[in-house]
Amino acid sequence: MVTRVALIGAGKMGISHLSILGAHANVEVVGVCDTSKLVLGALQKYTKFNCYTNHLKMLDEVQPDAVMIALPTKFHYDFTKDVLNRGIHAFVEKPFCLSPEQSEELVQLAAAKKLVNQVGYHNKFVGTFQEVKKLVAENYIGSIQHFEGEAYGPVVIKKKADTWRSDPAEGGGCLMDYASHVIDLINDILSPVAAVQGSMLKTLYSSQVDDAVFSLLRLENGTSGLLSVNWSDETYRKMSTSMTLLGSKGKIISDANEMKVYFKDDNCPPGYSKGWNVKNVTDLTEQVDFYLRGEEYSSQVDYFVKSVLGTAPNAINTFKSAWITDKAIATIKKNAKISI
Amino acid sequence: MERILYGDNQFFAVNHLSDSKSQSLAIRFKNNDAIIKTLDHARDAGINTFMCTTHDRIAQICDVIRKNPKKYKDFKIYPCMPYAHKYANAVTDLGIAGTIKQYMPGNLFGTMFKGSKAVISKDYVSIMELLIDAEMKMFKGIDTPVIFLQNVMTDLLLGLGMVDLLKGFHDYIAKKYDAEAGFITMNMPKLLDTLEASGISNPIICASINKVNFRMSGGREIYEETLRTRKFRAIAMQVLGGGAIPPKEAIEYVSGLPNVESILFGASSKANIQNTVETINDFDRNSV
Repeated sequence: MVTRVALIGAGKMGISHLSILGAHANVEVVGVCDTSKLVLGALQKYTKFNCYTNHLKMLDEVQPDAVMIALPTKFHYDFTKDVLNRGIHAFVEKPFCLSPEQSEELVQLAAAKKLVNQVGYHNKFVGTFQEVKKLVAENYIGSIQHFEGEAYGPVVIKKKADTWRSDPAEGGGCLMDYASHVIDLINDILSPVAAVQGSMLKTLYSSQVDDAVFSLLRLENGTSGLLSVNWSDETYRKMSTSMTLLGSKGKIISDANEMKVYFKDDNCPPGYSKGWNVKNVTDLTEQVDFYLRGEEYSSQVDYFVKSVLGTAPNAINTFKSAWITDKAIATIKKNAKISI
Repeated sequence: MERILYGDNQFFAVNHLSDSKSQSLAIRFKNNDAIIKTLDHARDAGINTFMCTTHDRIAQICDVIRKNPKKYKDFKIYPCMPYAHKYANAVTDLGIAGTIKQYMPGNLFGTMFKGSKAVISKDYVSIMELLIDAEMKMFKGIDTPVIFLQNVMTDLLLGLGMVDLLKGFHDYIAKKYDAEAGFITMNMPKLLDTLEASGISNPIICASINKVNFRMSGGREIYEETLRTRKFRAIAMQVLGGGAIPPKEAIEYVSGLPNVESILFGASSKANIQNTVETINDFDRNSV
């Protein structure tokens, strides 16, 4: 079975998705839309993809089964609506929308039209975080007393020319770009963010947006903890995302490579024992058919394709889950303004 | 190519197992002296080829090598380009065009893409060649008989079907540097098909090859079948499967495979380097 997929937005994430789609046995790439002459020129010259500069023209001409949208966040709402209104399944990059009101509307539209919908929070396809979710869901570390969700990396480490990522109106900044990953994991593994009890959005090098986010969060299930994210930390070679969960029966410290679990007693899942256990992502990751930057990027595209073909349930990274994350982002923003 | 190649991941805090291990490596190899000392351990163990990414710090290591011509007489470097995270972080910050502009020498990019001028295909080849030259600058005067395209770039182009650019890399390396092009990949069987179809015969391909199927897209069986039946010069990397296999068992597996010309490994202690080299030599002797 083959599904016909088009891409809107061939920037860093879009090009990566396009390469994975191009190598996927069940995908025919029927169109690529972007406005960059540099990128489109290269695609036209060196690939067999059908290129467009107007997404509506592309959608109407090639009538894809599914579309992947990898545009700056401020365009997600309008473009996704155009796609859904034509009865086309949609994958949208993260973060989902600039406001939770927009996200909610898209959640309802996708539901009304019965279309497959997914957002690109790729950490949900990382083996270690999947294992953390399982251990928490099956209550192996008991009730969570405290959590810490962290991400650090070297994106903005000096003052530089502005791009859309440095414009708050376009969805730029560390909270939207970096912290959204951690918030999404907290929502998914523990419980949705219910209240923010103090937030700092710090500007370190950027002129208009936050470079670091520190928040105290209370979740719907009553758990509380800390969010600490900084994209201006050059001691990290690349983005490092981690979760620490302290529970009544044990503790988990996990990043995308390694998960350490401590169990207080012998009541642990198969393959684990009392005390510290270490598992690596290599033990927890399934082989992919085409590898580009990490198994998770191929897995999320594969999951979307399977959902469109009806062989996966479209339950991971739905628009609804991304809407919950957008709501938390909005609450943190509002709270930070009040506390200044 | 020599049977054993020494890699550089340990020097640049690349650790597929743990973010905290990465940090301790960064601390340990903060000074170039520590890198040079470890390189010398590798040389003492009989390894004369260092396969390394075009990281800024390699430029400083190259300075040391150039200053000691006698000591590093037969020493070879296999450069691997580009250093992906440098570009990836820049693309997040500056966009694709902004990044190319930043890393291209002078204002060539600005002149090329001014205003509404259409981008012609010659320009893409020029961009690629200029970026290769920029990355190769640090190796001036050093023997670099094989020059690799990193897996992120190889596999990106592979998925996009940009075969002409893979071929372009291959041809430019031969023409300008009188060296052989190599390709690092996580998708070895697919890459080999593509390179052969573009007219490159007997290519040098460095791929993840290990007993536990780690980063072997499509699975171990296809890899073994490809090694058995096809003509190419294979370098096995990630033989420890990211640390999942005990070293001896890992090397026994790779040594027993047909057609693996070289084994690439990285280790940071003298004892580990010696042990790995001895283990490879032992299995090689026994299989002859």
